[in-house]
Amino acid sequence: MEITSAAFQQLLNQKKLMGSKCKKCGAIHLPPRPLCPECGGSDVEWTALKGKGKLVAFTTIHVGPTLMTQAGYDRKNPYCSGIVQLDEGPKVSARILNVEAQNPVGIKVGTPVTIDFVEQGQGESKRTFLAFRA
Amino acid sequence: MPTRKRKLGRGVALVGAGMSKFGAFKDKNSRELMVEAYQELQKNVDKGLNPKDIQALYEGNGSSDLFENQIHTAPIMASWLGLVPIAATRVEDACASGGVALRQGVIAIASGLYDVVLVTGVEKMADLPTDKVTDILAAASDVVYEAPAGFTFPGLYAAMATAYMAKYGATPEDFMRVGIKNHSNGALNPKAQFGSISDLMKSRVARAKEKGQPVPTWKDEMDFMRDPAANPVVAWPMRLFDCSPISDGAACALLVAEDIARNFTDEPIHIIGSGQASDHALHERASLSSVYAAQLAGREAYEMAGVKPADIRIAEVHDCFTIAEVMATEDLGFFAPGKGAACASEGYTKRDGPKPINTSGGLKSKGHPVGASGVGQVVEVWSQMRKKAGPRQVPVDVPLALTHNVGATGGTCAVHIFERR
Ligand SMILES: [Zn+2]
Repeated sequence: MEITSAAFQQLLNQKKLMGSKCKKCGAIHLPPRPLCPECGGSDVEWTALKGKGKLVAFTTIHVGPTLMTQAGYDRKNPYCSGIVQLDEGPKVSARILNVEAQNPVGIKVGTPVTIDFVEQGQGESKRTFLAFRA
Repeated sequence: MPTRKRKLGRGVALVGAGMSKFGAFKDKNSRELMVEAYQELQKNVDKGLNPKDIQALYEGNGSSDLFENQIHTAPIMASWLGLVPIAATRVEDACASGGVALRQGVIAIASGLYDVVLVTGVEKMADLPTDKVTDILAAASDVVYEAPAGFTFPGLYAAMATAYMAKYGATPEDFMRVGIKNHSNGALNPKAQFGSISDLMKSRVARAKEKGQPVPTWKDEMDFMRDPAANPVVAWPMRLFDCSPISDGAACALLVAEDIARNFTDEPIHIIGSGQASDHALHERASLSSVYAAQLAGREAYEMAGVKPADIRIAEVHDCFTIAEVMATEDLGFFAPGKGAACASEGYTKRDGPKPINTSGGLKSKGHPVGASGVGQVVEVWSQMRKKAGPRQVPVDVPLALTHNVGATGGTCAVHIFERR
């Protein structure tokens, strides 16, 4: 399967987190890339990621984009977004679950997290979003 | 392959600058804001400007596409300023559009192609409701890989703030003090969208009394900033007064070849350093508590100018969020990594401090019409270096100044260094 954003999303819909691995220099990338920015190589393959890592940055969002307000989030019901560093090395942006978004002081950088998935939308527009659970 | 040190092909001088008022202006669209800025520039060229001398126009603009449903704005600006048929080019690098347009103007003159270039920046944002603006600004992040996480633009900077706090032990209060400082500078700038926090507190008290509502009692500005009712969280730890406002505005700068600068003014300002760099989406960067593109753009500009961070007397830095100003003062080498928050809290960056930052009020208080901001910074250093900044004039002589303009979370950064000889 060609390395594209669409393929990444299809895999996500199947609850699989896949990055890319450069066969020339061994660099792993998430999001997956058809061209390795480290060495410039194009001999790149899919690689499965275990979905374990730690939270390296986060925020609790009270004024969200349409995507999130449609899911029921607002000032009274904030949500947490973050950046997770995977055990394999790459970092990724994701929704952070199982934290108390009303109490951000209690959320700590460095917290171990495990992959999860959030489904949103109905029918044709149903889509899976990458999440991690504290 | 060894690369030679980058230098400008010939000297470039700033001989005029002007800006519209920044704020929310229902009755003015971007071309009219641009006219307002240009008319001020015309008045500021000491020996007068013949529009026929202008050979090219660069326009920094973030998203007239989404804000005004209008693309192809550069010729419209040329038309409205009476400059048709000169070459007119729009430059888009999100919030760094203005700074990158400036760099394009510098490169165009340094190359020898043009002798007189008008650099402009403009954005018209405030007609739209906040939720629509939130969505448009989020489009400056990586829509494919950052937006699905629920990140907004304030959210991404807030995430950098948590990385910074975890690494260095800074607190949300440190960020609040940056906001208070910039608002107090903005209070002295007649072009600024907002005044001081204490003036805002007074007007809130007056409004509550007028409406017969409970009158708020804040001890001081920090008390106001800590009050979740007055200063609600947008994306923790960034609260409302950590975020730059939604603004309309335009700014312009007149660049000429150094050897003809005296035809326009006896006090030209020389642009002696220009740097620009790009970077990945935030999650793919090694450091989340600094902006690598700003470090690189700064280094390029310093090396070109042959000056050091300590030589810079004042700087206008990209404080779209208070954490952004803190990181900027470290990325540019003014303070050691991790010291920016403490230095701001201790008053180093105040107008009368050892390293005045954002004497204009910054994006925070002056306003942040995205594409105009990078050029608006030039207007401030132009005024300060020529001692024309009125009540907010810094108490020291300013032979060297710097501007730092960031696109989104640091996917782009442009840095320029200005010298008065
Ligand atoms: Zn490689």
